[in-house]
Amino acid sequence: MTATSTEPNVAALWGALEARVADGGRFAGLFAARREDTAARSQDTAALRDGTAAARRNGAVALYALVAGPDGIETLETTLPSDTAGYPALTPRLRAAFWYERVIHDQTGIVPQGHPRLAPLIRAGDPQEYALPRHVAGYGLFTIPHGPVRSGVFESIEYLVETPGEAIPHLNMRIFYKHRGIANRFTGMTVADGVLLAERTEGIASVAHALAFCHAVEAITGCQVPEEAALVRVVHAELERIANHLDVAMRLADAAGLAVATARFALHKEHVLRVVSGLCGSRFGRGVVVPGGVTVSPGADAGELVRRLGQLEKQILADAETLMGTSSFLDRLRGTGPLTPERARVHGALGPIGKASGYCDDARLARPYDGYPMLGVEPAAEHRPGDAMARLRVRWEEAAQSFRLVREAISLLPARRSPLGVPPPGAAPPGADALRADCPPADGRAVGWAEAPQGEVLYDVTIEAGRIVHGQPRSASFHNLVLMHEVFAGDILTDFPFIEASFGLSVAGAAL
Amino acid sequence: MSLWVLRGLRNGVVTTHWPRRPDEYADTWRGPVAGREGATVAADVVALCPTGAIEASAGAVRVDQGKCILCGRCVAARPDVFGWSAGATGRAAAGLTRRALVVPAIPETDEAIAAARAGLAARTSALRRSVHLRHVDAGSDGSEEWEIQALLGPVYDIHRLGVFFTASPRHADVLLVTGAGAAGMTGSLRETYDGMPDPKVVIAVGTDAVSGGLLAGRESITDGVGGSVPVDVWLPGSPPSPFSILNALLIATGKLTFDRKGAGG
Repeated sequence: MTATSTEPNVAALWGALEARVADGGRFAGLFAARREDTAARSQDTAALRDGTAAARRNGAVALYALVAGPDGIETLETTLPSDTAGYPALTPRLRAAFWYERVIHDQTGIVPQGHPRLAPLIRAGDPQEYALPRHVAGYGLFTIPHGPVRSGVFESIEYLVETPGEAIPHLNMRIFYKHRGIANRFTGMTVADGVLLAERTEGIASVAHALAFCHAVEAITGCQVPEEAALVRVVHAELERIANHLDVAMRLADAAGLAVATARFALHKEHVLRVVSGLCGSRFGRGVVVPGGVTVSPGADAGELVRRLGQLEKQILADAETLMGTSSFLDRLRGTGPLTPERARVHGALGPIGKASGYCDDARLARPYDGYPMLGVEPAAEHRPGDAMARLRVRWEEAAQSFRLVREAISLLPARRSPLGVPPPGAAPPGADALRADCPPADGRAVGWAEAPQGEVLYDVTIEAGRIVHGQPRSASFHNLVLMHEVFAGDILTDFPFIEASFGLSVAGAAL
Repeated sequence: MSLWVLRGLRNGVVTTHWPRRPDEYADTWRGPVAGREGATVAADVVALCPTGAIEASAGAVRVDQGKCILCGRCVAARPDVFGWSAGATGRAAAGLTRRALVVPAIPETDEAIAAARAGLAARTSALRRSVHLRHVDAGSDGSEEWEIQALLGPVYDIHRLGVFFTASPRHADVLLVTGAGAAGMTGSLRETYDGMPDPKVVIAVGTDAVSGGLLAGRESITDGVGGSVPVDVWLPGSPPSPFSILNALLIATGKLTFDRKGAGG
């Protein structure tokens, strides 16, 4: 499932990576992790728990790339000596590494030599960097700083829009304001605590993050998720997808000033979140996914759930149809924020953004997990334009499919459990065997994946002595957000909210 | 366009009647964990909590709801000692002081709460009919923004209560702060607060904003937003439901007259 190959040096690593990509593999991330200096660790488990221990500060650095292929996610790794000051950058050879190498520089101080622009990305650097940069020169050009405190209810991010007044020749993004240090936080946690953190890494995709994290843990421990739990996971993951796509539709309708449409999609989204909270107590599906399975199952409530979702599906798809027939709305989406199929393919654009540009690498299809092999996941229909319109079309198709997948998954669930998994008084806990397999403690490293509403989420997890020594999330938001630099050809300031909404990403997942 | 008019009528009135009348969804909401009054336990229950919300001294157990991320691990392990608090609304669903989030209540905090309430009431007496909100994300996971956004939707519709969102801090009366207090946001958060005219009220929305949650103690965050801006209302939850946020808002502006729980006076 997850192979690791070690290369002797950086040049060999880049060579191996380029060979994989030429073979049809997709570049899925580049990371650096400081390995512990085993001599300094001196049997002290306290040092292991404390991520800032000196043992960790002086260790050698592992530089590794993830490549997605049909057989799973492959890890290509090389070790840099502990006193390394720099290495030849990957970005000039592979543009998709642009943000990844900036993060490596922020986190380790190691310089990717030849990187086109090493400004801080997730850690606020020198205040000098706060000066408004200017990439385009010309008469009357100015920069509009938008953020980090923005109008309306948004996550903190700063967009620096360089404009002569209408057109947007260049956009610069600063995501470091809300960097929380998530990746470092995993170090020293128990696996059970790690799931809780994964759920809070990108809150609007809690289920997908918990799934990807648990898949990594399950690959390490070799535990098999029971069939019922695998189906319940699909139910929650797909409900999360529906809620996220409704959120995007709501924001797009809001940007166009369609008050009724905005209210309708907000209503539908609220209904979906209430269905989720009815199933598990959390409106974001938190606490459901655990290593080895799930904690609750709709069980006896399944009939009522199917009826309720049937109602919702009918109303949502009818409103979606009306929206896609509202010409004043469509005029704003057509041709707005186009991402060329060529760029989508080369970058490996994930989720709806990739699909809208004709590039589809859906983890549910390419590397199926949990209940998906039992269900009929359809590949995305062919979309080429790559504009905001195509992205919304993809979301509606995905939402319709999600409803179908939830229905299919529920129909395969055995109807033997009481509501919410609460056992009748005096009974044993609700069939731990049917919902949750035992995950024996084991050491090792694995990459887990899941398809979030935003696209593929990856977790690279290493466990030693029952604790996580390295946990690296890679959200689709991080991988895709950098593409926003490239989609403003011909678009003007008033298109900005449409383009941002149509991307449907979360800053929390990008800034970590 | 006319189609949308018809669609808008399709589901009838969907808006909640709360706080005028009780709302079932608000009342059945599963809130942060509370320690049961009088439960005696060994000190080892403290280790159940991933965020250190459980305090056990002299056999008495208390839960700091400001640290509770609602994972439910303690409820599953010791249902005799811990239970979910029921309902998203009422005076007990948000705290006027940080220590007021500790349950069972610490007796000596009563006075502090009374003082905080009197101070808040004096400030908010000017906020009569219309209140304007400003939101700042100081390192949230993104879910709190969804729940705040929901207040503008047809179900919660805060406009009916005279509450509006405003783009400029200069027009804002209430500051909703989400997130664990990312170090990079401290300056911007403070500037937003300073930009608001007096009187102003700050609500820390969510367990992350109250204490930092799972990230507490890391140098990349400030362990909640209390150190950056003076918080008036502390609202736990991971994330808190829209009803909880609405409830905290009404507490903050002195508009909460409906008090079913009768807790806190």
